[in-house]
Amino acid sequence: MEGDIAQLGQFIGAGIAGLGAGVAALGVGNVAGNFLAGALRNPSAAASQTATLFIGIAFAEALGIFAFLVALLLMFAV
Amino acid sequence: MAEEAGGALEFDPMDQFIIKPLFGGETISWYTPTNATLWMALAVLAAVLLLVVGTRGRAIIPTRTQSVAELAYGFVYKMVEDVTGKDGLKYFPLIMTLFVFIVFSNLLGLLPMSFTTTSHIAVTAVLGFGVFIFVTVLGFVKNGTGFLSLFWVSSAPLALRPILAVIELVSYFVRPVSHSIRLAGNLMAGHAVLKVFAGFAQVALVAPIAILGVVAIYALEVLVAIIQAYVFTILTCVYLKDALHPHH
Repeated sequence: MEGDIAQLGQFIGAGIAGLGAGVAALGVGNVAGNFLAGALRNPSAAASQTATLFIGIAFAEALGIFAFLVALLLMFAV
Repeated sequence: MAEEAGGALEFDPMDQFIIKPLFGGETISWYTPTNATLWMALAVLAAVLLLVVGTRGRAIIPTRTQSVAELAYGFVYKMVEDVTGKDGLKYFPLIMTLFVFIVFSNLLGLLPMSFTTTSHIAVTAVLGFGVFIFVTVLGFVKNGTGFLSLFWVSSAPLALRPILAVIELVSYFVRPVSHSIRLAGNLMAGHAVLKVFAGFAQVALVAPIAILGVVAIYALEVLVAIIQAYVFTILTCVYLKDALHPHH
């Protein structure tokens, strides 16, 4: 066992930050699931809303990306 | 799995992202042709082949290549029109260029032994910050100081507006970061997973499952390559719409 306590904390922190990506997955699944539920109720309106779907997914995913960014910063920049 | 527990994998899944000079040598200066240069040039070449050479015939009944080019053109044109509105169509060449470059970089990166230029944050950050600076300058040129009303949510109660202004300002400035890291992160993670599964295929016991897994993930990566190019361009359209019509 070499290395110091700061590095240990860095790695543990990066691992915890990685959980944020999983939580963002919940958000993306929520967006897509609700879109599907709405689209099955009114299929004729679904095609015109796919752009909104992707924008919504992108915004939900952005927060997962920040978690990934924090993990990257802890691993390589701190 | 037992053999792997002892030693490391035969290769590192991140090795595919190393930038190497094309003609040997060790040092990389700004002018050194590297594998990134090569694959970026090939992406441009593929775009020229599809959109310039492919549509050269200008046939009434299009050939297969021409109809693919026409489909791509019509798809992006409709997206710009739907999201930005009629006055956004002036910026259609920019959006189309971004889409075609990203989609070809992503798809060429899927060839075995190739290099994915868009998996590097250095590449996507230039695209992302380029869009961000363009859109911000355009907003001020088109609307003057009225562009700042983007941050002043007039539909909210007056007491909430200063707080919302701070939140809107922060979310505006993290746009280029999420815009570029989304593309690079998706591509990098997908290609690393592909190589990790390929590494499992060295172990005879799990090789059939691993090879099936590689095939499935490869199919997913084709989907991701196109969807991420689509997401990048549609977000560019959304930012463009904010610049042209900043009023909430």
